[in-house]
This record gives sequence, C-alpha cells and structure tokens, in this order.
Amino acid sequence: MQEAAAFSRLSNSFLHVLNPSFSKLLKSKNSTIRMTENGFLHHGKVLTLDSMNPNVKRVEYAVRGPIVQRAVQIEKELREGVKKPFTEVIKANIGDCHAMGQKPITFFRQVLALCSYPELLEDNKFPEDVKNRARRILQACAGGSIGSYSASQGIELIRNDVARYIERRDGGIPCSPDNIYLSAGASDGIMTMLKLLVSGEGSSRTGVMISIPQYPLYSAGLAELAAVQINYYLDEAKCWSLDVKELRRALEAARKHCRPRVLCIINPGNPTGQVQSRQCIEDVIKFAAEENLFLMADEVYQDNVYAEGCQFHSFKKVLFEMGPEYSEKVELVSFHSTSKCYMGECGFRGGYMEVVNLDPEVKVQLTKLVSVRLCPPVTGQALLDLVVNPPQPDEPSYATFIKERSHTLAMLAEKAKMTQDILNQVPGISCNPVQGAMYSFPSIQLPPKAIAEAKEKGQAPDMFYCMKLLEEKGICLVPGSGFGQRDGTFHFRMTILPPTEKLKIVLAKIKEFHQSFSEQYS
Amino acid sequence: MSVLSEINPDVRRIKISEHDILDERAEQIRTEIRQGLVKRYKDVIDVSSGNPHGMGLKPLTFVRQVLATCFYPPLVHDESLPLDVRQRAQSLLAECDGESIGSYPATYGMKHVRSSVSTFITRRDGVVSDPDNIIISNGSQHALILILKLLVQGRGLQQTGVLTPVPCYRSFNKGLVAQGAVSVPYYLCEEQGWTVQVEELRRALQAARGHCNPMVLYLINPGNPSGHVQSKASIEEVIRFAAEERLFIMADEVYQGCVFGKDSEFYSYKKVLSEMGPPYSTNVELASFHSVSKGFMGECGLRCGYVEMVNLDPQVMRYAYQAFSFNALASVPGQITLDVMLNPPQPGDPSYAVYAQEVKSVMSAIKNNAQRIMDVVSGLPGMTCQPINGGIFMFLRLHLSKAAIEHAEEKDLEPDLLYSMRLLEDTGLCVAPGCELRQKQGTHHIRICLATPEEIMEDVLHRLKSFHLRFIKEFP
Repeated sequence: MQEAAAFSRLSNSFLHVLNPSFSKLLKSKNSTIRMTENGFLHHGKVLTLDSMNPNVKRVEYAVRGPIVQRAVQIEKELREGVKKPFTEVIKANIGDCHAMGQKPITFFRQVLALCSYPELLEDNKFPEDVKNRARRILQACAGGSIGSYSASQGIELIRNDVARYIERRDGGIPCSPDNIYLSAGASDGIMTMLKLLVSGEGSSRTGVMISIPQYPLYSAGLAELAAVQINYYLDEAKCWSLDVKELRRALEAARKHCRPRVLCIINPGNPTGQVQSRQCIEDVIKFAAEENLFLMADEVYQDNVYAEGCQFHSFKKVLFEMGPEYSEKVELVSFHSTSKCYMGECGFRGGYMEVVNLDPEVKVQLTKLVSVRLCPPVTGQALLDLVVNPPQPDEPSYATFIKERSHTLAMLAEKAKMTQDILNQVPGISCNPVQGAMYSFPSIQLPPKAIAEAKEKGQAPDMFYCMKLLEEKGICLVPGSGFGQRDGTFHFRMTILPPTEKLKIVLAKIKEFHQSFSEQYS
Repeated sequence: MSVLSEINPDVRRIKISEHDILDERAEQIRTEIRQGLVKRYKDVIDVSSGNPHGMGLKPLTFVRQVLATCFYPPLVHDESLPLDVRQRAQSLLAECDGESIGSYPATYGMKHVRSSVSTFITRRDGVVSDPDNIIISNGSQHALILILKLLVQGRGLQQTGVLTPVPCYRSFNKGLVAQGAVSVPYYLCEEQGWTVQVEELRRALQAARGHCNPMVLYLINPGNPSGHVQSKASIEEVIRFAAEERLFIMADEVYQGCVFGKDSEFYSYKKVLSEMGPPYSTNVELASFHSVSKGFMGECGLRCGYVEMVNLDPQVMRYAYQAFSFNALASVPGQITLDVMLNPPQPGDPSYAVYAQEVKSVMSAIKNNAQRIMDVVSGLPGMTCQPINGGIFMFLRLHLSKAAIEHAEEKDLEPDLLYSMRLLEDTGLCVAPGCELRQKQGTHHIRICLATPEEIMEDVLHRLKSFHLRFIKEFP
C-alpha cells in the first residue's frame, strides 16, 4: 500500500506539469482517464474539490489556524535541538486555563473520580460531601454508570439542578428544566441552534448578526451552514460597547440580500472582554423585539468580570425584569459552559443552553435535532452538575472550594489589569480595559512598509506581525484579522492566562518586539 | 416569533422515531411502578438500544481506575491502585497541556491517542496507518456526520445519495436526513443471514440515479441490527462494486470487537482493500469508523470514536482539516477511554488478569444470550431468527397473522410497533420495533440487545415468550 501510495503521489505531482485543461478534465467528476505512467491506471476520485460540499471550503477557524500550526512546528524544532532566539513557545492564543497552569477545583475532580470508579466511595480519603454528590449523580445514570447513554436532552436531575442555579442567579425568576438542553460545551449548543434556525434560499436565506470582532466559531459555523453573516461593529473608542444605532444600520443593509433572523451577542465579550451595561442589554432586547430577532446570548464568561463598576447581567434576567411586553415575546437562548470562569475545564466538554419563548412546534424540532448526536458526554454533564451545585457553607469541602475559586478569579483580575496597563505603555499599542473574559484585544499601529510587505506575501498585516512575533520571540497570539475588525485597523488577541511571572515576560517581549518591528519598517 | 416554516428544512425532515414513543411510555411506566400502580411486573427491562451499562453490564475496572486517576491526579501515588493503572494515567496526563485533562485536547485528537489508534490499526491490518489520517471525534455518530459534511450537498437531481442498508439502526438515517442527504435503501438478504448482495446494491444504485446523485456506500460490519459478519469474499465484492460504480465507502466497524460466531472472523475494509492491491488499494476512497460505545467496553456515555480516512484527495483533506478544526473536539475523558480500549493491559501487566476476565465475561454473556434467544425462539410458533456471528443485537422475525396485521392497520400503527407497545404494557419489556430500523415491505421484526447479564436475559425471554404466546392466541 505504501508503494502504491507513492505512485499516487507521483501521479498527483505529475498533474502540475500537464496541460491545465487536461488536469481539469482529470479532476472532473465523471471522467475515467488512463494515464500511462508505468502503466498505472488513474481513476478520478469520487470526493474532489468540485464534488465536495462547497460550504466546507469556506470554513476558517483562526484560533487553531496556521499560526498555531507553526507554533507547534517550532515547539517540535526546539525539542529537536534547533537553536532559536527563545527556549520555549508561550501559547497565549487559546483560552485554555489549565494549559497555562490554572489548577482545577479539587472538589469537582474528587467527585468525578468517584463517579468514574465507584469503589472509591469506600475510601476514607474522600470527604462525605464528595461521596454524597457522586452517589447522587450515579443514581441518576442508567445502571449507575457514567458509561450509559443519557437522555439526549441531558440527565433530568442535572437539568433540574441547572434550572435551580439559573433561578438563584437571576433573583428567583422561574426557569423550567424542560427549557434546559445540556450540550458538549457551549460550542455544541451554539452550532445546534444555528443549524436549527438557518433556512431559505437566495435573498430569503437566514441572516445572522454577529459582532465584529467575534469569536470565530460563529463565522466558521455560519460558513459551514451557508447562512448569511451580518456584521455589526462594536465601538472600540467606547470600550467595545454595543450601539443600537449600529445594529440598526447593519440590519437595514442586510435586509436587501437576506432575511435577518438571529442576533448573537457574546457577553462578557470574546475577544474584546467588554462587559455590557444593563442599559445596553435592555436596548438590545428592545431592538430584538422591534425587529423580531431571535437572541443568542453567549454568556460563558459570566463569572469572569474584573473591572470596577462592571457587573454581569444575564439576558434572561434583564428580559424578565422588562415586563411581559418583552418577557412573553422575545425569543432567547443563553449559553454557558464548564470551559471558562474559574473552572477552566475545556477538556470535559460540559455546557448547557436555556431556551426562552420558543414556539412549541419549534421546540419539538430542537429536541429532535439534539437526538441525532445521541447525548452529550456524561462526564461533562456530571461536571456541570457540580458547577451549578457547588459545596455549601455547611459542607466539609466548602472552605477549600471557596479558597480555590477566589484565588483563581483574583489572579485573573490582577492579570487583566496588569496586561492592559503594560500594553498601554507601549507606543503604538492601545489596549481597552479588560473588563472581563480572558483576553486583551489591543489595537496595534503598523507602519505602511510593513503593511505593504504583508500584502506582497498575501498575508493579512496583523498575521504578518504575529508570525514574526512567533518566529522572533516565541510568542503565539492570534491576529485580529481572525476575529474581524474595522478596515484599516489591526489587532491581536492575547490571553491573560499565563502565570503572572510568565505573563510579565510575554508583555515585555511584545513591547520589545513592537518597538523593533516599528523601527525595522519605519 | 419563529415559526415552523422558518426552521431548517433538513431538521424538519428528521422523523420522530417510534422508539421515542416507546421510551416515553417506558419512563411513564417506571414512574407508575414507583407509585405502586403497576402490579403485573416489578420493573421495566429496556433491551431496545445498545446501552450495555444501562442494562446491567459492568464497566471494565482498568478503564475506570485510569479515568479516576486522571480526574484526580493525587491517586497516582495511591498504592491501592495497580501500578500499571498509575503509570498509564501518568503518561496520559503528561500528554495534556498543564498536565490536566481539563485543558483543550489537540485539534484532531490527543497526539498520543491518535498514535494509539494508528498502532492498533497497523497491528490489526498489517498495513501501516498514518495518524494524520485519523480524526478523534465525539462518538462514531459525530464522525459519520463529519464525513457526511464533506460529501453531502445539492438539491434535487444533484442531492448526494447515500446507499444505506435495510435494516439499519435509526441514528444513522437521522444523521443523513439532518445533513440533507438522500437515503438510498439496499436490502440485506434475510434468508441468508442478512448478507450484502452486490446485485441488490446494483439495483438500488440504478434506481437512485434517476432522482439523486448517489456517491456514498454505507455499510455496517458487524451489522446492526443484523449481527452478520461479512466474509472476506463479500467485502472484496463490495469493494469491486464501489470501484466500478465510483462510490465512496463509509465502513462502520464499531462492533469489530464483538465477533463470536464459529468460523467467523472480522476483516476490516481497510485490510481487505489493501490486500486487493492496486488499482483498488490506491484509489477506492474509504472512511472507517470505530467507537468506545459498543462491544465489551460499552462506554456510550463517554462519547468517543474515530474515523480513519483512506485514499482521500489531499486537496480535499486540506479543507477537511479546516472543517474539523472547530467542531471535532472529543472530550479528554472519552479519548482516554479510547486509548485504553485500543491499548489494553498486556499479559504480564498487573491489571491483565482482571481485565481479561472481565472482557471474557462480557463476551460470553453476549454469546450465551444469543444462543439462549435462538433456543427459545426455535420453540416459539410465529417467530424465527437468523443465527448471528457478531454485534450485540438480534433481529427477530415476527410472522404475524392476518388478524394481527389488520388490527394494527385499524389502529394506524405498524404491526411490529403495535406488538412492541403491547409487549411493553403487558410485561414491562421494551424492545425496538422493526419499522423503526426499516425492513422489507410486509415483514415484521423486533430488535433485542444482547449486552446484558444472563439472568436479565432469562427474564427478558420469559416475558417475551409468555407475551408472544398470548398474542398469537389473541390474533390466531
């Protein structure tokens, strides 16, 4: 098979030499061409660039894109002993807390260990509250095992617990467990809702409004679904706040070529870190009500709020506090996950969405759709249960839990401040306050010569900048072009996650690099 | 407010399955039993789907000990756990960023796990497997959908058609519809033990060409619900057919760990393809699937599987990687489970004896259950069953009387759905009705899962037998 594969590679490279129309013919779906390269018969493939789903070709996902691939390659080279101006690559590209040294919450991990291997319930090393939680979760699993399929909407006990959490969070506003759908991370829920809501053809194709800048899961998902992406710009000059006038502008322009149906908001924001004010959230809800838009509120960073004067307001709470004119009408889905906040358990793929005011027939469709992927990982469901139902003050694990949670959140707040302060000291870099989430998204001034060289290379100028930063300093960030930005502006997204000492190093290196880069291209 | 007409038409086309009706009623009955309202039986036994732990089989100790240690790393120093458990957990943790299973796994799967998968495949097939062609996914259903995402497009005559076996478990058909593909049924031959007949594939393909663009051939080997294990010759025939007719093969091999028929052996499509040599081995496009959910692992709730792609166009692969980069993430606990499944304790390892015993005991329960069913069915009028060689299900044929069929028609129900509903009500036994898995017109079946302790299967058969005899008396 290896030898034959080599023949195949040879025949593929041979294609480049051939007459272009012949090679096109070769690739075309229904042709069978005999190529006499050592008498080797070459059939056209079934799955080719022409025959494949065209939507897939439009998908890009910067967070795990080319810059990350290059970073991984460089790490490999370092391990092989290749000399570089740095000894390690610091990956500040992805919101991965544990990768950057954040510790998991002991209570969560202990309960999960017992759920996984129930013999440990006999082990006196584990406190009673850990054991009780494990028993409770296992009783809710068929056959008492986390290896059983659960209901596709998620284990009922856990959906009940999520509903109670939401009620507590939102000051008692009722939440029905029936409106809770557990998911494999928030991303799974987001993709499910987008898939559900996309329909129509041509100028009646569903349009989905998303902020610029945005977390590129949205743009990738919309590309894959061939939905129409409608960009609305956050206001960098006003701390990345949302302006309803801008929403209206985007909507009106979009109406000419699609049917706008959905409005996505990420609050606290990714990559921007802004925490929207309550007034802003009310304005958005009013706008959605007026324009009959389905609101998708991505609230995975809801515990990550640092700046003074900022507070997380859930869309659900605000909606209901606005009274029945809105609370009985506006369709809303809110997302949360176990990947962020103080948990940082990205690897578990735990999450949920709460749907509000769905037409009952539409809800039936949603329930059907989630059943296609059978059920979310039960380990993620179990973890979510612990997040929404943490140790109580009278329980043995409480003290440690509070200590760990407070420490993690305090460190994040400290690092957020440090990051914005240091970056703002660099001439040519300007960083809005990191009010929440886990990232800074500073704007960078790039000299015209640098921009020109980037264009020559066919690279977005901030990609060019970030690639050089990677090669010269071993720091991996994601260029702003991966998230979207106003034309002519450039940014990078950097996480605030590296441990404090390392973060200081990263910021110092960025400062050095920016200065030398600006000089080099002056 | 959104209305139904604005919902994605592919989603609307997904059928609510008959199974959901039975599931809902089963749940109600469980509540009624708890409330003391049901006297005839003490519990509901659900053998309708492949959920081994839910049906009483135990997880494998080694897997769960490794998982527990990975969840809570202080256990690495706990000497009450076997050394190989702790070493395996340590090496898996070392693979994780920050040595935590809470960090994001690498894009297409943890490097170590992809490597375990490729080593497993290489050992199994005697053919080198490249880890770059392997994507770890959130269960095999998810992997199937990822591949369908690449293949499926178009409407009307251009709509991608996927040849699908009849009978077939329900989730794949749901996935097909959700992706916007056309399902093109080909009938397995019941009389010969549910074999794949190339003539029937050809018939299905010709019929499809008039109304869609058939590009894909989906097979399940060992079969679900059929329990048929394809012979090498049969696989070669199918590959030749796919090559002639230019079809992309999707080979769902999740039950490969579960082959027990005498003289039966599992041959992977990849292995047979490679042994056929060029031009087949270099040209036929193949995606093979496996999962931790089935066989002796039964870890359905952990959601992990993989797809190996063979002979795909490198330019297509470039886009495939991009498409999979934001949507393929399999949870780390799931990937750990996959790693253990494909790279289990070896003779000489401290955990080997227990591991081997547990696997043997699960496999023998499945095999013995199959034999018990054959024994009981052979004594029952109006019910027959093809012998099976693998998988974890049996698909029993019901030979219903005209009276029974007419009764079902009056109630506007498929006869085997009616039978299953009555079976549930009268005995608390929940099976899957054949109509949900599709079957030849005029035939009726029920599917029973074998992955349950033998005592439970005895209870299953007792309930089934007594109900069946009453039923055929009621509808002679």
